[in-house]
Amino acid sequence: MSRDSVLVTADWAEQNLESPRVVFVEVDEDTTAYDGGHLPGAVKLDWKKDLQDPVRRDFVNKQQFEALLSTRGIANDDTVVLYGGNNNWFAAYAYWYFKLYGHRDVKLLDGGRKKWELDNRTLVKDEVSRPATSYTAQEQDTSIRAYRDEVVAAIATQNLVDVRSPDEYAGRLLAPAHLPQEQAQRAGHIPTAISVPWSKAANEDGTFKSDDDLRALYAAAGLDDSKDTIAYCRIGERSSHTWFALHELLGQERVKNYDGSWTEYGSLVGVPVALGDEPGEG
Amino acid sequence: MTTEISGTTDISGCGAPEQSAPLPASVDLEKETVITGVVRAGDEPVSGAYVRLLDASGEFTAEVVTSAAGQFRFFAAPGNWTLRALSRSGNGDATVSVDRGLNEVAVTVAAA
Repeated sequence: MSRDSVLVTADWAEQNLESPRVVFVEVDEDTTAYDGGHLPGAVKLDWKKDLQDPVRRDFVNKQQFEALLSTRGIANDDTVVLYGGNNNWFAAYAYWYFKLYGHRDVKLLDGGRKKWELDNRTLVKDEVSRPATSYTAQEQDTSIRAYRDEVVAAIATQNLVDVRSPDEYAGRLLAPAHLPQEQAQRAGHIPTAISVPWSKAANEDGTFKSDDDLRALYAAAGLDDSKDTIAYCRIGERSSHTWFALHELLGQERVKNYDGSWTEYGSLVGVPVALGDEPGEG
Repeated sequence: MTTEISGTTDISGCGAPEQSAPLPASVDLEKETVITGVVRAGDEPVSGAYVRLLDASGEFTAEVVTSAAGQFRFFAAPGNWTLRALSRSGNGDATVSVDRGLNEVAVTVAAA
């Protein structure tokens, strides 16, 4: 695994907008961003409507994912280049999701929508349609997805990385500060989880920091390379960003994203919760 | 070419909500600490600017994109915050001390 195989620059993207077998996919919660202007030729995915089961709290199943990619015109041997707003949170989430279902060649556009816009690069409003394909997904690769029981078992034994903002970690806020704060569940963090906000892995323009900077960041935060790692946030999208940094950029092998994240853990009955700025006892 | 990022977004999720919309009815200003304002370059509002909310230690907390009228909005907590705006017209910062309720702050950007 190397940076070049998983991350592309805006310049590379600009030069490959019309390359055969390369599909640009914008992933946002707010799909009006795509409608207001997107990379030429890019198709869109709505992280909630397209990637979540409409009833249960879970992902769409293998058959639904196959149907989704087939109708969007994405083939198994296409290179999928994901980008989006929110510093690529949802694009990173979709990257992890594509990997979960075994897509071979997925990349992230470094800096996402933000760098593209700040660079004043071309955005168009054209409708994009691609001929349908017949996509075949793999069974979910659960070596990269953590469930709640493994998270509870990881307390005080494995690396838990809370990637939310320091105020969410400490329990002073329940959600990112661009969202209203009223929530049902408890505030705080999983005991023994270290706090490494996802934003520390990114530059101001949304690009990822260098491999050396990332290594130094996680080492200084106390991440133990000899242990397995589970990253979490509030709903699993910011932790996908950190999962990408650890697993895809730094090549750490045993890293999982806990997509249930704080909205699940903070609502469980009987589990331990730590408050304040320190990891707390297991 | 300009891009406007606005529209109706489900505020229960993580996307940036519509920045020019009235506060949702569910927001209780007795409890919430709202930081809102306009990004300007000179006298002109800047749409599509990226506004970053940094906490008292300078740590990133949240980011939104300004509306067509240059507006931004955060739901924070009482205390000291820095707003940092990035735009094609340049960047700029503003530091504020806020309490519960509605807090208005202006951010000016200029080419470096």
